Amino acid sequence: MDIIITGLLLGGTYALIAFGLNMQYGVAKIMNLANGEFLVLGALAAFWIFVVDAISPILTMLIVGPMSFFGNWLIYQLLLRPLVRRAKNQGHLEVDSILATFGMSFVLVGIMVSIHGEYFTYSYLAEPFEIVGETFALNRIVAFCFAVLLGGALWLWLYLTRPGMAMRAVSVSTEASGLVGINVPRMSALAFAFGGAVTTMGGTLISTFITLDASVGVIFTMKALIIIIMGGVGDIRGLIIASIILGLVETTVARLIDPGLTLAAAYAIFVLVLLFRPQGLFGRKPT
Amino acid sequence: MSHGSDIKSLVWGGVLLLLAACVPLVANGYWMSIALTIAMFTVLATSWALFSGPTHYISLATAAFFGVGGYLVGTGMSDYNMGFWTMVVIAPIVGAVLAFLIGIATLRLSGVYFVIFTLGLAEMIRTLVSWIQNNFTGSRGLYVLTDLTEEDIYIYLLIVAAVVYLAGWWVNRSRLGFALRIIGSDETVASHVGINTATSKVILFTFSGFVAALVGVLIAPRYTYIEPNGVFSPEISFIVVIMALLGGTGRLWGPIVGVIPFALLQEFINAYYSNYSMLVLGIAFLVIVYFLPNGVVGRIEQALAKRRRSTW
Amino acid sequence: MVARVLSVVNATKRFGGLVAVNNLSFEVKRDEVMGIIGPNGSGKTTVMNLISGALRLSEGAISLDGQYISTLKANQINQRGISRTFQLVRVLPGLSVVENCMAGMVFGHHRLWGEQLSYEAGKLLDRVGLSGQKSKPIGSLTFIDQKRLELARALASGPKLLILDEWLAGLNPTELEKGIELIRSLREEGITIILVEHVMNAIRSLCDCCIVMAEGSKIAEGTPDEVLADPEVVKVYIGEDL
Repeated sequence: MDIIITGLLLGGTYALIAFGLNMQYGVAKIMNLANGEFLVLGALAAFWIFVVDAISPILTMLIVGPMSFFGNWLIYQLLLRPLVRRAKNQGHLEVDSILATFGMSFVLVGIMVSIHGEYFTYSYLAEPFEIVGETFALNRIVAFCFAVLLGGALWLWLYLTRPGMAMRAVSVSTEASGLVGINVPRMSALAFAFGGAVTTMGGTLISTFITLDASVGVIFTMKALIIIIMGGVGDIRGLIIASIILGLVETTVARLIDPGLTLAAAYAIFVLVLLFRPQGLFGRKPT
Repeated sequence: MSHGSDIKSLVWGGVLLLLAACVPLVANGYWMSIALTIAMFTVLATSWALFSGPTHYISLATAAFFGVGGYLVGTGMSDYNMGFWTMVVIAPIVGAVLAFLIGIATLRLSGVYFVIFTLGLAEMIRTLVSWIQNNFTGSRGLYVLTDLTEEDIYIYLLIVAAVVYLAGWWVNRSRLGFALRIIGSDETVASHVGINTATSKVILFTFSGFVAALVGVLIAPRYTYIEPNGVFSPEISFIVVIMALLGGTGRLWGPIVGVIPFALLQEFINAYYSNYSMLVLGIAFLVIVYFLPNGVVGRIEQALAKRRRSTW
Repeated sequence: MVARVLSVVNATKRFGGLVAVNNLSFEVKRDEVMGIIGPNGSGKTTVMNLISGALRLSEGAISLDGQYISTLKANQINQRGISRTFQLVRVLPGLSVVENCMAGMVFGHHRLWGEQLSYEAGKLLDRVGLSGQKSKPIGSLTFIDQKRLELARALASGPKLLILDEWLAGLNPTELEKGIELIRSLREEGITIILVEHVMNAIRSLCDCCIVMAEGSKIAEGTPDEVLADPEVVKVYIGEDL
């Protein structure tokens, strides 16, 4: 029971992080391998500000969110749009964006390591909290609640507003969207920026209960990818379900087998998905 | 078909090989060590480019196969008392089998999924191996003790390099090479002209796995002590990709053009600015994507072609 | 030798809830040119994708020369003798003009290589009217020349059935005339062709038989004159000047 709830809490937070990459890959069509680094940036910011000024990470989240939005928007316009323009087809763009974002991720890690090379963790709301008679860490619960709040707000935006609908249209077909008058480059830039902001905010949330260091970004990128691919690119229901599955599996493996094997477990799920249902739970079957 | 299939590239290859073979005669310990690193990466980068060059599938699995080679020779010699040369035969076969399995599972998917899969592969194997080591076989060291000198290993790697180069030359002239180029150009069209795209890709990917594992075994005596964190380091994959792309995958000797300068750069960085090694890798990737999409060789050939056209 | 080259029986293709091709049946006889017309979105290209193996059938069966090909992959279907051009021209960018043509000759049941390959490829390029373009860089080919090249590549494997998917689309009147001539000459050589087109002149002058599709189903079948006079067909094409 304890495992299930912890798994759910973890999964919920993962969902927010995967959401970010989902927007970047699903709408802007950029496989952003530097995504994890933006998560770590958010976490690092939360750590610093908490340690130096004792300001709550939740507040930090609201500050770094917009900063990350702006930063990612710049990255899209300056570094990624040239690739989009130059690519002759989707496959070409994917390879280019993988290499470019890979490069960015290394540069970011390099910079972060020189700023703060060791592990960082801090104690925020690390008190016990009771649900149905079992105790859980309050920080996990708070993180989960905010993830749900943010995720909910995003979901509402995507499904109830016009720009949100435009974004969903672009993720289904960039060509068709352009034909119905949607400004695809602008939507892509917005989606990329949004995605980055969401990921960074997710990073501040996750830093409240997980120890991180400058180089773990790639692991989170992989987990986000696994979730997106498992759920079906662009599909939100799938993303939520996949995140929960991942959270549950990881927690189960960590508690019952060995905490060192969580990544291997996640990867094993990935392999199974690729082998048996590469379009994910809710994705469109590749024709 | 062009692209390094003519006798000229064989001749150049032979010349390079001869020059390289003379290095042990003139080099001292420090330079010999660097030469060894260059030889190792030459083999890895050239065999990587045989698959990833024409198909544009970026494989980050090199570290996985390399690690398999290094780890198997370590555990084979330390735990099971096998001979070095026995492992030289066994490990590449294991590497090839692993590559084959991965190939048939993932190469029928799009390029993106393949890259991501290979990205996690080395990490995953490393985690598994570490875990098994810590919990079952005990954290005993894996020692590879032989009486091979650096010069010996260097010569063996040169021989492997020659074989890989010849294999590449042969493939480029064959139907398989043509098929790979078509696949890299437009995979749908490739299947519509009768190419079994999966088979073609798997064959070359398996070959690259075989070679990477072989290199892993051969280079192990240099380090003497093998540990999973070292041999399965994902950095190896990234460096190989950078070197091959930097040089250019359009020609058989392209990767070599990338290996030599980048290996020297790495030596320099590791010696004086080791904190910045990640940064250097990142900048290298960015340079390749934005300024040298076809590598140095590609860029030079473009410039030459332009000159030729303007003199008509 | 069977007189029926291609047989499509009850072919249905669903994409989730959307039925793109609905219970379609037709036959193509040897040396015949079969036209397939219909408004955009009627499923014509989907049918071509089903035949060439780019898509799998949801239901139904397709056979070539009496043998089922419904479950085969695209490369196997090509080896059995079907080749095609694509709605949006797909020449191979990394290869030269000659190599593009050779691509069709190397992997099919006509496995050529070496001297003979170069020779045959050259001949084929002459055949489609690209004699002067053989050494041009691929990027400099005009639109109609790219189409010719794609046609050469499709012809290269010596197919039993050639599918031309809107091959005449986007050509100006002069090019159109030349294009129709080229197809007519192919027809006279005795190749079985499926012609998916919007250009009614071409359908009228080239096709022996034709079918009309709308919303995934066949709504008419017969000679071009019969079919184009059918009130159902006219209704579906309201506004089209026939």
